[in-house]
Amino acid sequence: MDLATAIILTVVTASTPLLLAALGELVVERSGVLNLGVEGMMVMGAACGFAAAFTTGSPSVGILAAMAAGMAMAALFAGLVLGLVANQVACGLALTILGLGLSGLIGQGFVGQKLEPMAKIAIPLLSGIPVLGPVLFRQDPFVYTSFALVGFAAWFLSATRAGLILRAIGDNHASAHALGHDVLMVRFLAVLFGGACAGLAGGYLSLVYTPFWVTGMSAGRGWIALALVVFASWRPGRVLFGAYFFGAMSIGQLHLQALRGVLPDFLVLPGQFWSALPYAATIVVLVAISRARGRGGAAPAMLGTVFAPDR
Amino acid sequence: MAEAVDRQSEQGAPGRALLPVVAAAGLVKRFGLLTANDRIDLRVDPGEIHALLGENGAGKSTLVKMLYGLLQPDSGTIQWRGEPVVIDGPAAARRLGIGMVFQHFSLFDSLTVAENVALALDGGESRAALARRLAKVSADYGLALEPDRYVHTLSVGERQRIEIVRCLLQDPRLLILDEPTAVLTPQEADQLFRTLGRLAREGRAILYITHRLDEVRRFCHRATILRHGKVVGVCDPRHETPATLARMMIGADVGSVHDRRADVAAGPVRLAVRDLTSAREDRHGVALRGVSFDVRGGEILAIAGVAGNGQAELFAHISGERASDRNDMVAISGLDAGDKGIGERRKLGAAFVPEERLGHAAAPRLSLSDNAILTGHGISRLMSGWRIDRAAALAVVDAVTQGFDVRKGRRDPEAASLSGGNLQKFVVGREILRDPALLVVSQPTWGVDAGAAAIIRQALVDLARRGSAVLMISQDLDEIFQIADRIAVIHDGRISACHPIAEMSSERLGLLMGGAEQVDAGAR
Repeated sequence: MDLATAIILTVVTASTPLLLAALGELVVERSGVLNLGVEGMMVMGAACGFAAAFTTGSPSVGILAAMAAGMAMAALFAGLVLGLVANQVACGLALTILGLGLSGLIGQGFVGQKLEPMAKIAIPLLSGIPVLGPVLFRQDPFVYTSFALVGFAAWFLSATRAGLILRAIGDNHASAHALGHDVLMVRFLAVLFGGACAGLAGGYLSLVYTPFWVTGMSAGRGWIALALVVFASWRPGRVLFGAYFFGAMSIGQLHLQALRGVLPDFLVLPGQFWSALPYAATIVVLVAISRARGRGGAAPAMLGTVFAPDR
Repeated sequence: MAEAVDRQSEQGAPGRALLPVVAAAGLVKRFGLLTANDRIDLRVDPGEIHALLGENGAGKSTLVKMLYGLLQPDSGTIQWRGEPVVIDGPAAARRLGIGMVFQHFSLFDSLTVAENVALALDGGESRAALARRLAKVSADYGLALEPDRYVHTLSVGERQRIEIVRCLLQDPRLLILDEPTAVLTPQEADQLFRTLGRLAREGRAILYITHRLDEVRRFCHRATILRHGKVVGVCDPRHETPATLARMMIGADVGSVHDRRADVAAGPVRLAVRDLTSAREDRHGVALRGVSFDVRGGEILAIAGVAGNGQAELFAHISGERASDRNDMVAISGLDAGDKGIGERRKLGAAFVPEERLGHAAAPRLSLSDNAILTGHGISRLMSGWRIDRAAALAVVDAVTQGFDVRKGRRDPEAASLSGGNLQKFVVGREILRDPALLVVSQPTWGVDAGAAAIIRQALVDLARRGSAVLMISQDLDEIFQIADRIAVIHDGRISACHPIAEMSSERLGLLMGGAEQVDAGAR
């Protein structure tokens, strides 16, 4: 395996958790709910996924546990903002803080333990293609899932009736209610889906990316995922692009920092600059895209607003 | 699709022996302490256009929401074609054959016409089949629609067409319309009446909510009148006069406006708008193109027009919420003010009452006295040095309360706790009591009941008679003909010449509002 393939492979692993979490949040936001608790759901997924996989020895159980943890957190959030009509921003922030704390407690007994990295699934024939083969067709199930989810989300939102109802609720929940659509149920399901995706992203971190548990190992990825949804102007395809662009930048900056001795002196900038570069570059690129496409920049009109039907 | 419904006689005058389409008996709905509907009886027959009349807050919307399943009655029964039914949601209502066109349209701006229609149907139909049916119904009834347009690009009339076609696709036996003409031009309204007449002749029943008496008398077969949540009368409106209907609605004679055209000696020009031109602010905005007019002391100039033709932009430029490109585009009391802020314009003697009561004219969660300070701090004696003079602010509240009959629980409640009509009286009264040289008011009686509207209109007339200039942006033609001295029409960001009200017929006005006679824009 040459260096280029190796770099691309690390880009894939860096991008997958962002893509998973951002896709889930995208569906949530299209329904009009703003869940700022992605980071909390993700880190809970990482802790519970690792704990379950380590205890049972089965990576599959780990994946399921990660998703279940994300959904449990999401259900808590939904109960507050949908059931009790609480402020979404405050609840989302609280969810992140709770997740970071609770995951530390759950993961306490597992610090220093190590898992076998999950086996990659090679697709026969296709995985033999040079460069592309190992990158695209010899991956772990998470990567395949993340690609499938992009297609699924795009198809679901644009081509299905359920997706149409979800978009309609995000655009005008009072009208949707007046037409007889169950606003709260649709939003509840969307929030659960978002929780499952964030949990899955967390599971990826502790089961594949670095197969051990460290407190706070989500390391801000939940926030990046949130930003990606906005800058991708709520389109699944652009989320895919944004996640991989950010992944590529964050791996690229590591390699650039390693070139320190080779580069001319004036290019030797502090490490912090390179670490910040992916964030800045991703924002610039995605802003440029959403400006160029014009009309696409609109957020779901109901984003973050509460809905309480009178009865 | 029309064949499914029993045909009725030509005029749609229903035989009384027929089974009613819907009959409600003893419906009660309470919200907390308020009884919104108190033992309501209602009967609607096939082929009948039935008006539901009442003031704001009389309980009309509550009643139809129960018929459409959006609210559940606390007691009482609903019979559908002779069978008792429980309508537990809009889907159930649609299954029975009830369609509803909402007052504030239940449309989705970011979706296409076809998607909006699909959302109101129960699914299980392919997009192609739906598109075919949509095309057929809009052709059958002469309601043209373009399925792939996004709703936010459509006019109000077109939006209403979507709502109606969407109901017709369900082949309803009962069609409920909640104040459908409030936002239409007279011509668009006539088109609507023709459609409704045809639907009634097909044997469908139509329940029509409104507070416009002339419409009811022109084409409704029967009217049920609500007041304070109770049925106070059922009549044939064709045999009533507007006065008798109004008396039933309000329970007293409506105060008419007096002293309206005392001889208008042309006062000095208080507001001069000169070639006001602005770019579109966003995709929903309208560009103003060369708007020019004067308002003199002693007169009321009305600006008519269908909503969304530049009224909001015009108001923002005059009030100073938006600065104008050139300083001389807006002059107040003879001084160029195009670049001045709202406070400076107030100091020149201007006062402004924007259209939205809550959130624009008043801060909802602040008390009335705080709201008085918000617009009055620069020009009245509400400040002592840098400190707020609470007592003076409370005195303003008391004066407005007394002068404008503002009904409220406590002396100084939160703005949001007042009913729409009372808050409107407060925000108009707050400005008028300062005796401004120029009052700019947008939709002064929008969604306000007849009693409050009469008080506000009288106050505007009195203000003008005292020598102030009043600019009134309004969509309510009755109101304009009642109190305005001159009128201009705004359409697509252009303004017509100003005509004395006596020279303007409602037909001509309708044409101007619909964009005909654009050529006369700017001519003076």
